[in-house]
Amino acid sequence: MSVWQKHAILEKNSIILVIGILLVIAVGGLVEIVPLFYLKNTIEKVAGVRPYTPLELAGRNIYVREGCYLCHSQMIRPLRDEVERYGHYSLAAESMYDHPFQWGSKRTGPDLARVGGKYSDAWHRDHLRDPRSVVPGSVMPDYGFLAKTDLDYKHIAQDMKVQALLGTPYTPEMIADAAKDVQIQASTDNPDAADFTKRYPNAVARDFDGDPTRVTEADALIAYLQMLGTEVDFKMYDDKANIR
Amino acid sequence: MANAIAPQKNMTFGEGGLSLALIGLAILSIVIAAKAYTPEYAFHAYLFTAASIAAVFAIINRYFERPAGKAPLINADGRPNYNMAPVKFATIAAVFWGIAGFAVGLYIALELAFPALNLAQWINFGRLRPLHTSAVIFAFGGNVLIATSFYVVQRTCRARLAGDLAPWFVVLGYNFFILIAGTGYLLGITQSKEYAEPEWYSDLWLTIVWVTYFLVFLGTVMRRTEPHIYVANWFYLAFIVTIAVLHLGNNPAVPVSIFSSKSYIVWSGVQDAMVQWWYGHNAVGFFLTAGFLAIMYYFIPKRADRPVYSYRLSIIHFWALIFLYIWAGPHHLHYTALPDWAQTLGMTFSIMLWMPSWGGMINGIMTLSGAWDKLRTDPVLRMMVVSVAFYGMSTFEGPMMSVKIVNSLSHYTDWTIGHVHSGALGWVAYISFGAIYCLVPWLWNRRLYSLKLVNWHFWISTIGIVLYITAMWVSGILQGLMWRAYTSLGFLEYSFVETVEAMHPFYVIRALGGFLFLCGALIMVFNLWKTVNSEAVAGEADLQLQPAE
Repeated sequence: MSVWQKHAILEKNSIILVIGILLVIAVGGLVEIVPLFYLKNTIEKVAGVRPYTPLELAGRNIYVREGCYLCHSQMIRPLRDEVERYGHYSLAAESMYDHPFQWGSKRTGPDLARVGGKYSDAWHRDHLRDPRSVVPGSVMPDYGFLAKTDLDYKHIAQDMKVQALLGTPYTPEMIADAAKDVQIQASTDNPDAADFTKRYPNAVARDFDGDPTRVTEADALIAYLQMLGTEVDFKMYDDKANIR
Repeated sequence: MANAIAPQKNMTFGEGGLSLALIGLAILSIVIAAKAYTPEYAFHAYLFTAASIAAVFAIINRYFERPAGKAPLINADGRPNYNMAPVKFATIAAVFWGIAGFAVGLYIALELAFPALNLAQWINFGRLRPLHTSAVIFAFGGNVLIATSFYVVQRTCRARLAGDLAPWFVVLGYNFFILIAGTGYLLGITQSKEYAEPEWYSDLWLTIVWVTYFLVFLGTVMRRTEPHIYVANWFYLAFIVTIAVLHLGNNPAVPVSIFSSKSYIVWSGVQDAMVQWWYGHNAVGFFLTAGFLAIMYYFIPKRADRPVYSYRLSIIHFWALIFLYIWAGPHHLHYTALPDWAQTLGMTFSIMLWMPSWGGMINGIMTLSGAWDKLRTDPVLRMMVVSVAFYGMSTFEGPMMSVKIVNSLSHYTDWTIGHVHSGALGWVAYISFGAIYCLVPWLWNRRLYSLKLVNWHFWISTIGIVLYITAMWVSGILQGLMWRAYTSLGFLEYSFVETVEAMHPFYVIRALGGFLFLCGALIMVFNLWKTVNSEAVAGEADLQLQPAE
């Protein structure tokens, strides 16, 4: 019986054909995906990576909502020009708490993996309101409405609870104080700032949108942008320790 | 049956059960709408309510209008009683969404060339781009796939579509998913996973629809009166089964609350990246390739009136294609934080994938052996053959771009966009247009209004595609080279915004290409409109069956 005749079994039995298809398509995915969950060297051991503060998380949700990833990557490749343009190449550890990941696939605009601290809050405010006022050649849409919209953070503790369920190390204390932490981080010289930075080491608290009277979506987005890529101190980072 | 006792008219289990389920959904949706965290989500809940109630009314209406007893017959007059109404609906939907998707594509192309067109938050590039991709891939492509698969499976199995309400549920439910997904993007409801943007509740709805689709298709195959399952149906089956697996694998998420549209994907970081591109690349491999190869395997032999070139080649390339495609995802993640071993696997299998892809191309094009003259006289066939040629071109370009050293230049640039569009416009859209030009006259028993207009459609949109692809090649390679250009002193030569400014002329050319492509499609709409509104001719249903040769 030739192999062609044997194939007739599949052609004449729909259920066997479906099972055959399932088996054949299962292999590649299993081999490529499953080991990433148990191979220890998939995510580097590195100091400094922490979960997002409630304000940063809210800002990240705005980043996700507006589809920023369609034009901005957050993944610096270990190529000479990229490292010189954007900074140290991205580590897997730096996006380990990202649900979903926002590495992106297109750079109509520049990479944002290390945009944190590169520009002032005022620059970001102007840039979001009218990108061409600070970068004349930019093709970015205006996001002026963010500074005019109050941030909705009524339910942000619930968001963190879900993330905790998925493995992000939010403590019950962090979740309980979520709404308060939003207000602390969005204001300059808040008396409770010390408590906040105890919960989120290296997080920066200040009035990001320049409007101390309220917490806007611009506060959240700028807080998120300003922390991107700032968690790991690369002066202390040992490249060789994590060769994979 | 005529002499049997007149049966009592009862609702079937399907009619009653589906009505009850939809009433339940309507009530649930009202509750959710009342307590929704955001007005956008409440709007979606109301849409669910309205659609469920409308569907219940439609089912009851249909029940009162249909005759008593078991309806409808599987066979009539010794021939299969084909169920073509859902096919007609999906065909019209495909044309509608196609125009919408192309138009949105043109608009966002213009936004990139002239950013002042980002007039409001709802139509900013970031929100419209997923609308464009979903409209052309899932709305246009998806409806073409549903329409053709329901047509082809009935004809090649010589069996009526399985299920009574189920095919309608698939067609209407799928288009409702499109509506929810599309309006969601405009309102800012997205999980921002590329090509998997719809939020958790749209995903759940799609899962129900898709499982029903699978059951209808498989049920029809099992009902077949031909011993062999035709090759097109293998491809349709692989497409339906694998898309289900991919959808479930990529989208598991925990909603913040049942009253919130927001959810968080269970995967994170590098694992999420791998799962996403396992999904993303196989949305290309199975949605846009396997499904459309099925179209090729039915419509090209049918239109050319020639048998498929090689049966053995179709076996080999079918199994090789579905086995290899699944591995190719990591080539979207070259030089990223994904471990190298996975990148290397992705690249290796992507290169191997070239072979089965060209196997399919050869099988499609060589089907014209002995009928090459028809390319001169039949612009519909020409469109389909050119689509297979585009398939060959983009499946050569793809493996080349998956080579890491090439990818280091092409990744993140417009070259990728150009590559996608040579496949999407040249292959997917052209084979779809060809299939629609065949289907509409067959379904409505009409003669195609004008072959001359098909010719115009073909040439105008071909010029559009060529402008599009060449503009993106030039801009992509230019962009990649500018990013890595150094001065003689060892400094980066260009700031980022200089590379943005350099793209402007190519973005304008690209928009012009898109405009021509849209014009071609509008010519098709006119042609189809005139076709449907012309006099009926003796259709295939009236012809005698021919014995197999």
